[in-house]
Amino acid sequence: MSAGQIHSQRLGSALPAAPGRKRPVMVQRAGRTAQRGRVNVLLRYAVLTAVGLVMLYPLLWMVSAAFKPNHEIFTSVGLWPHAPTLDGFARGWQTGTEYSFTTYFANTFAIIIPKVVLTSVSSVLVAYGFARFAIPGKRLWFALLMATVLLPKSVLLIPQYLMFRQFGWLDSFLPLYVPCAFATEGFFVFMVIQFLRGIPPDMEEAAMIDGCNSMQILAYVVAPVVMPAVISVALFQFMWSMNDFLYPLIYLSSVEKYPVALALKMAIDVTEATAWNEVLAMSTIALVPSLLVFFLAQRHFIDGVTAGAVKG
Amino acid sequence: MYENRITGLLYIAPFLLGLVMFTLFPFVSSLLLSFTDYQLQDPVSAAHAIGLENYRQMVGDRTFRHALGVTLLYVFATVPLKLAFALFIAFVLNFKLRAIGLFRTAYYIPSILGGSVAIAVLWRYVFAGDGLINQALGAAGISAVNWLGDPAYALTTIVLLRLWQFGSAMVVFLAGLQTIPTDLYEAATVDGAGKARIFFTITLPLLTPVIFFNFVMQIVQAFQEFNGPYIITGGGPLKSTYLLPLMIYDEAFKYFNVGYASALSWTLFLIVALFTALAFGSQRYWVFYGGERGERT
Repeated sequence: MSAGQIHSQRLGSALPAAPGRKRPVMVQRAGRTAQRGRVNVLLRYAVLTAVGLVMLYPLLWMVSAAFKPNHEIFTSVGLWPHAPTLDGFARGWQTGTEYSFTTYFANTFAIIIPKVVLTSVSSVLVAYGFARFAIPGKRLWFALLMATVLLPKSVLLIPQYLMFRQFGWLDSFLPLYVPCAFATEGFFVFMVIQFLRGIPPDMEEAAMIDGCNSMQILAYVVAPVVMPAVISVALFQFMWSMNDFLYPLIYLSSVEKYPVALALKMAIDVTEATAWNEVLAMSTIALVPSLLVFFLAQRHFIDGVTAGAVKG
Repeated sequence: MYENRITGLLYIAPFLLGLVMFTLFPFVSSLLLSFTDYQLQDPVSAAHAIGLENYRQMVGDRTFRHALGVTLLYVFATVPLKLAFALFIAFVLNFKLRAIGLFRTAYYIPSILGGSVAIAVLWRYVFAGDGLINQALGAAGISAVNWLGDPAYALTTIVLLRLWQFGSAMVVFLAGLQTIPTDLYEAATVDGAGKARIFFTITLPLLTPVIFFNFVMQIVQAFQEFNGPYIITGGGPLKSTYLLPLMIYDEAFKYFNVGYASALSWTLFLIVALFTALAFGSQRYWVFYGGERGERT
């Protein structure tokens, strides 16, 4: 029995019966209801627009401040710069240090690209194993996989640091992406498992009868089908890695290896209260990759966010 | 589907290896480290077992008690407000509106960007003495507030940052709302139920699994908040935004007291575990999965 049926039954008994309600009254009401419907819609639009403006204003303000000369930022709340200038971008990009944002962006991508690739590949392999094979101890492994989703990662931080120090990996990108090869983000594996569970294995069985081994089935039959889920995984990992701050903070010590996140933190420490337009210009640029990716692949984001929550 | 048990094990081998190396081993190590006086600069062999000394020190540590209080205040301000707001907006949005996609996108953008350093930096300027908020207040004739410098307001700025990111919770609520069959609403309307009644007897009960999911995720996340206070306020002023993760970071990587920091991080873990367990345990009283409370069909 579906949730709907049960609830409508409950509802039927819970609500008072409406005896003797006469039809003409309903007809009379119809006009007023339609009017109230229009007011309702207008009210909804008003709330949504107001909230939307408040939400997006800080972002717009940041972009406009990046084009303003420094003194203008403090004196006008307005968005349109009176004397637009690219000074903020030019000086901000050069920074006060010996490295420019070219270095910091190169570092960011040198960390993110292996992270995204390793996460996608390992998530698909592990999800394929969970979704399609009989495995000894499967229930336990799956329970542990879900537990890693809820485990606060901060409890692992210090021993991981000590371990990577033992490996001699401090001040390198290795501690940041090597764990991704081992499907350490349970959430991503879960996303792909859920997706695979929704796909009937008919095609794979046909391929097996035709003599494919499981690796070939994965490569030629499963991989093309799970692509939407893999794209969601890759997108989320990209965003999260762009935003990652704590891990680079503890693992990287030389400025030449800093990703954008650390460079921005350094910029506010150095240029404190002096060159707002430079810092805001660099913050704007730092958000561009995430925004681009988001707009190119919006649909996958919404699907990904809701995948685990609603159908699970 | 396939019977060969070894092949399956090979496919999940990366996960099993990673589980042992990067999760279980560090998880147990940090518990063991919490019973030692280990200092970051020493070789690991130099650590001495000191029993529960770190935990005893923690009980008497005023900084810890303060950080714990700030953390609980932060979590209990952020999570309910964020969920309530996300639910409200999802409810307003769940209507045959034109441009629903546009609004959904606009609201979702902050939650993908909000965790970044760039946004934390922006927040610092938005709430600065002569920043956007105070300029706007000034324009409305309200005197400026020292958001980041006054211990009474600093935590609010961080709560507001995380509230600003209500979009991901909202998207989940919206998807949940859209799975509620419309014939339920029609049936209730025919039976004469008012809007409020429909909300409390149909929408809310059917939404409890999604509320539960969002609640657990937000609690786990909120207890680990680091970027916001570290970048926006640095834990100050007067430690008014000094959340436990900041204290753990300072103890481990600034003062090198790894043993003590490990005790702190295990305490934080136990607190999160307690709240998660409470949430799961209370499920059968308030979460409807299909048929019965707390039971999945």
